[in-house]
Amino acid sequence: MDVLPEHNIAVSCKGVTKTYGTGQSQVVALRGVDLDVRTGELLMLVGPSGCGKTTLISVIAGILDRDQGECSVYGQDFSTMPQRKRTRFRGQNIGFVFQSFNLLPTLSAAENVSVPLLINGESRGRAISKAKDALARVGLGERTKSLPSQLSGGQQQRVAIARALVHLPRLIVCDEPTSALDHETGHKVMELLREVALGDGRSLVIVTHDARIFEFADRIAKMDDGRVNQIVSSPSELI
Amino acid sequence: MNWVAIKMLTGDRAKYFGIVLGITFASFLITQQLAIFCGLMTRTYGAVTDLSQPDIWVMDPKVQFIDDIKPLQDTKLFRVRGVEGVEWAVPLYKGLLKARLENGSFQTCNVFGLDDATLIGGPPEMIEGKLSDLRRAESVIVDEVGANGKLAKTPTDASGQPIKDAKLVPLKVGDTLELNDHRATVVGICRVSRTFQSQPVVYTTYSRATTFAPRERKLLSFILVQGKPGIATADLCASIHQQTGLLARSREDFKWTTVRYFMKYTGIPINFGIAVALGFIVGVAIAGQTFYQFTQDNLKQFGALKAMGAGNITLLGMILLQGVLVGLIGYGLGVGGAALMGARFKNTELAFYLPWQILAVTAGAVTIICVFSAFISILRVIRLEPAIVFKG
Repeated sequence: MDVLPEHNIAVSCKGVTKTYGTGQSQVVALRGVDLDVRTGELLMLVGPSGCGKTTLISVIAGILDRDQGECSVYGQDFSTMPQRKRTRFRGQNIGFVFQSFNLLPTLSAAENVSVPLLINGESRGRAISKAKDALARVGLGERTKSLPSQLSGGQQQRVAIARALVHLPRLIVCDEPTSALDHETGHKVMELLREVALGDGRSLVIVTHDARIFEFADRIAKMDDGRVNQIVSSPSELI
Repeated sequence: MNWVAIKMLTGDRAKYFGIVLGITFASFLITQQLAIFCGLMTRTYGAVTDLSQPDIWVMDPKVQFIDDIKPLQDTKLFRVRGVEGVEWAVPLYKGLLKARLENGSFQTCNVFGLDDATLIGGPPEMIEGKLSDLRRAESVIVDEVGANGKLAKTPTDASGQPIKDAKLVPLKVGDTLELNDHRATVVGICRVSRTFQSQPVVYTTYSRATTFAPRERKLLSFILVQGKPGIATADLCASIHQQTGLLARSREDFKWTTVRYFMKYTGIPINFGIAVALGFIVGVAIAGQTFYQFTQDNLKQFGALKAMGAGNITLLGMILLQGVLVGLIGYGLGVGGAALMGARFKNTELAFYLPWQILAVTAGAVTIICVFSAFISILRVIRLEPAIVFKG
């Protein structure tokens, strides 16, 4: 594995372990994961169900505590931060795209997109204005007032992408962003993610099962049984 | 994030209305039942508070409340007048006498016999006639509710036969009735506080009342006393008791003694207390359960907010705001509804008295309901792992 200068590393994980439960119900989800995510790259985490992909991005995003090992995001280790600082760091530096979109059903598209800005203390008026710009960037400038229920699955995921981008985070983590979408819409969403989300040194970590979107990755990390077994640059290199 | 909280709440119409309805119902029931309870209690002591003049009521030491009459000897009046600090003391007869109506039926009346010379202890408001008309022969003053209701006459046809199902004709000035086989002429109609047992109230002079009443050795019910200026009521009560052996109570004291008697010896507080408790429990159950369900349904959204950087304090504030909002709306609707009901049934048989204390009690109950509802939701959200958002 190439050794990169530190300023090119967005996420660095070394020997990360995580176990759920105790005694007989104990499940080891991560068994010493080593992984770097470079700035400006789109890295896909792939592997069978239960291999630890979701646990790993939860640890990377600072919403789950690891048991052992080291993990830092842009040089900041969540485990050494107090809870409030960790929450604030996450709110400012990490964007999320969820499998089931997780849009607030009673808020319009623009209002949903404005939520990360509101969390970071932006005024409502400025937040809505920026949210409309973000929606325009994902091609939904005409649907700012629509409720999630009035949008198709693809459109909802685009709203979620706009929400993940609106506060200009440095890292975006996506959990199965195309699994709820048909092939064509999934393709469009990935094109959008590459086109809009990458840039400004921003990094993307995408957890997916969907082999049809592997082509969009700069690198693919294959996980199995709680470990990263292989990191490749092209889907064809995957064993 | 406040408006996000409000939109989350109001956007889910069914649950929003469910929570508001629960709190409205609880607040309405608590206010209405307490107001009726207080209304009933005010009726128990209406005869005491209607009399503004005397500072002190003097009675047999065994008297427990206003309708618990243990007559005194007339000579006791003179002994009370002899107590230092007494400006004046007058007799008051209070008793239940049977009035014979024109149609031959009987109606028990609450008869007050006022001091013949001063007429102290008369009704607080005259609608027709004057209090001094009681000085005319056989005269009585009847209360408005009694005159229009239980003492009203059945209209008769030309042959003098009662007309069936016809509207009753109110008793009016000039009409006569029989009180314990004694003829009495109505010389005035007055307005008084409604009585607890809803009997008509009849005023006459003390001497006439004692002729109406069945012959007994003692007929003096109470002695009404006014203290001299500058004499403390409590001190005068103590002096009267010390020098006459009679029980002397201030008006306020006698009022609360009466209320306490009804509270202690009747099932009224328990019955109303059960209704109030039910309202509270139903409110907690409906509002608490629906609010919790609302939070439960939005758990993934709260998880997403947490993942995106919303801290526990922010989420706590959002849930509290939602609780306060539904609490205020529910309280306003419930109390408003109860007040409207009170206004609608004003001056009817329904006892309804809504002092600010009831509004405060209801506000306290609604606060407890909302705090409880919000608390169980807050606990759920604070314990929530944001990683829930990555679980399909």
